[in-house]
Amino acid sequence: MVYLTRKIEFAASHLYHNPAFSAEENRRVFGKCNNPHGHGHNYVLEVTVAGEPDPVTGMVLDLKELKDILEREVMVRMDHRFLNYVVAELAGKIPTCENIARVIWELLEPKIVRGRLHRIRLYETPDLFVDCYRNGALPA
Amino acid sequence: MSAAKNELKIALWRRYRFAASHRLHSAQLSAEENQRVYGKCNNPYGHGHNYTVEVSVSGEVDPATGMIANLSDLDGFVEREVLEAFDHRNLNEEVPAFRATVPTTENLCIELYKRLKLFSPARLERIRVEETGNNSFEYAGEPMERSHR
Repeated sequence: MVYLTRKIEFAASHLYHNPAFSAEENRRVFGKCNNPHGHGHNYVLEVTVAGEPDPVTGMVLDLKELKDILEREVMVRMDHRFLNYVVAELAGKIPTCENIARVIWELLEPKIVRGRLHRIRLYETPDLFVDCYRNGALPA
Repeated sequence: MSAAKNELKIALWRRYRFAASHRLHSAQLSAEENQRVYGKCNNPYGHGHNYTVEVSVSGEVDPATGMIANLSDLDGFVEREVLEAFDHRNLNEEVPAFRATVPTTENLCIELYKRLKLFSPARLERIRVEETGNNSFEYAGEPMERSHR
């Protein structure tokens, strides 16, 4: 099995607010992430695909194909967007790193048919990131 | 509760930094052996590193907050349990676990894991420590501890 990883970056804004919470609760739980006009990050997404290299091409999947999938599914949807308002898959969810990663996983997994999606790692900042994978897929 | 195989799993990672000094010296070895095994890491007054610690926790994402654990809780816990005890300290002299154990980064990983395993809002998955940008170490507990995941 070979694991290949492609990295992309997108810039987006968001805010954390749960309409079921009072203003004070929102403030207490989400802190400055609750500021009403939102704020932004340079997100970095690493997408790892696992598979056996094709005996003819030597590739698990064509990186160009992966690049196109990431462009269509992630960049067009999220790059330079306000995640709360324009990403339908995040409607009604708090756009935390956890939830964005899950949405990206669910968008990508059915589209990757050569090899299989092994892991995605989404960085909100260099000091905060999330891994998303099928349980049991990682060693240890 | 163990997550079912193939279930989608989400792990949150947070990176912290501290600076500390240490000296690699084993009481079970002679002076010559210590020098041979640890080289300049055995120099008598110790030396220091800028350590980077990555902490990974997993669990259910709370639908009300979108979070596995509130970062302010995790940051507060790491601050109290690790950074206050390790940052700008001499590991050999000031961390009780390293009185009798050599403060290699392997042992540091295990000590950090023990301390952070007590974080109750989420399940500790793994610790990764960079001693320098060129050396990193990971610890995810022993297989026994992991079997209940």
